[in-house]
Amino acid sequence: MYCDRCGRDLAGDLAGETDHAACRAARALEPPRFCPQCARRMKVHVLPAEWRAECVEHGVLRGGRNGS
Amino acid sequence: MVSLSDPALAQACQRVLETGVGMDEADVLAVLEQPDEQIPAVLEVAHQVRLRWCGPAVEVEGIVSVKTGGCPEDCHFCSQSGLFASPVRAVWLDIPALVEAARQTAATGATEFCIVAAVRGPDPKLMAQLRAGVAAIRAEVDINIAASLGILDRSQVDELVQLGIHRYNHNLETARSFFPNVVTTHGWQERWETLRMVRESGMEVCCGGILGLGETVQQRAEFAAQLAALAPHEVPLNFLSPRPGTPLEQRPLLDPRDALRAVAAFRLALPRTILRYAGGRELTLGDLGTRDGLLGGVNAVIVGNYLTTLGRPAEQDLALLQQLKMPVKALSSAL
Repeated sequence: MYCDRCGRDLAGDLAGETDHAACRAARALEPPRFCPQCARRMKVHVLPAEWRAECVEHGVLRGGRNGS
Repeated sequence: MVSLSDPALAQACQRVLETGVGMDEADVLAVLEQPDEQIPAVLEVAHQVRLRWCGPAVEVEGIVSVKTGGCPEDCHFCSQSGLFASPVRAVWLDIPALVEAARQTAATGATEFCIVAAVRGPDPKLMAQLRAGVAAIRAEVDINIAASLGILDRSQVDELVQLGIHRYNHNLETARSFFPNVVTTHGWQERWETLRMVRESGMEVCCGGILGLGETVQQRAEFAAQLAALAPHEVPLNFLSPRPGTPLEQRPLLDPRDALRAVAAFRLALPRTILRYAGGRELTLGDLGTRDGLLGGVNAVIVGNYLTTLGRPAEQDLALLQQLKMPVKALSSAL
């Protein structure tokens, strides 16, 4: 699994070696930019009431505001 | 009466309130340098000025990026520059999604929908996309359409007028003296020239900027004075949201007290202008900041999401307006 904000491997985070707390906090006001499955940069569209992020390999993620 | 402890500044504020003529740069600087305990007083006088010269209504707007990322310019705050290692990928919005964005905006009661592109200026492909988008929106959504497409030439200005674009956004971003620290691929004067042509065309001019780029307080006052000289119909006020991969990634957020001083100061410099809360307000000022700004000179908001980042839900802003008994400007009165 990868951080969908910075694209780094979350393995270190899960082991307590790295901390993506800042990324998680920032994601409240940002759509994802990296595919959480492969860390590819996604094509992201932000509309007034929603966002859509597409990974060429793993398909489309959608959400509303505040990262939901 | 204005209740500031500095008698000269109180007098300057009273003059703005009575005449509707904006403060000069020196007085704006005095507002920006007021001590913390005077912030409520300057916000209060700015609110009085806004009510007197603009009325109680609030103009609501939604924005969307029709062409995101891959921009050849190097605006140091922008995640859409193709020159930085930003995670934002270049992508175009198709026409159905553009119409959906307009529909989402209109559903909030907004009167304004601004189509934005990350470009130096529009090329034939972008102008074609805009033509198709405007026609599709007009067929389905009742809303004023604005545009923000960068630096224009005369023929492009004329085409936007023919398309019925009623307002054109082109931000000067910061004070002329600080601009070279923020952008090196084009000049402040080039932006000014586009704004001059837009004004001459009869389109409404929307021009603001971003606070917290590293400018001094003096440069903030300089910027307010330069905007006042332009006399735009609307001034959007953004606060820097440091974006990953940009040269300003590590800049600290603007102190919220300085942000509120600036809201009041810009209102006092521009008493009759639509002063819009734009990007970065959630990060810099939190939820309470929206309320403080609306009671301190702001009379317009961008609701919902921004171009590449998310905003707070439109419903929260609309509920706040209701609570403050500030009516949303209606489409009929906006036309």
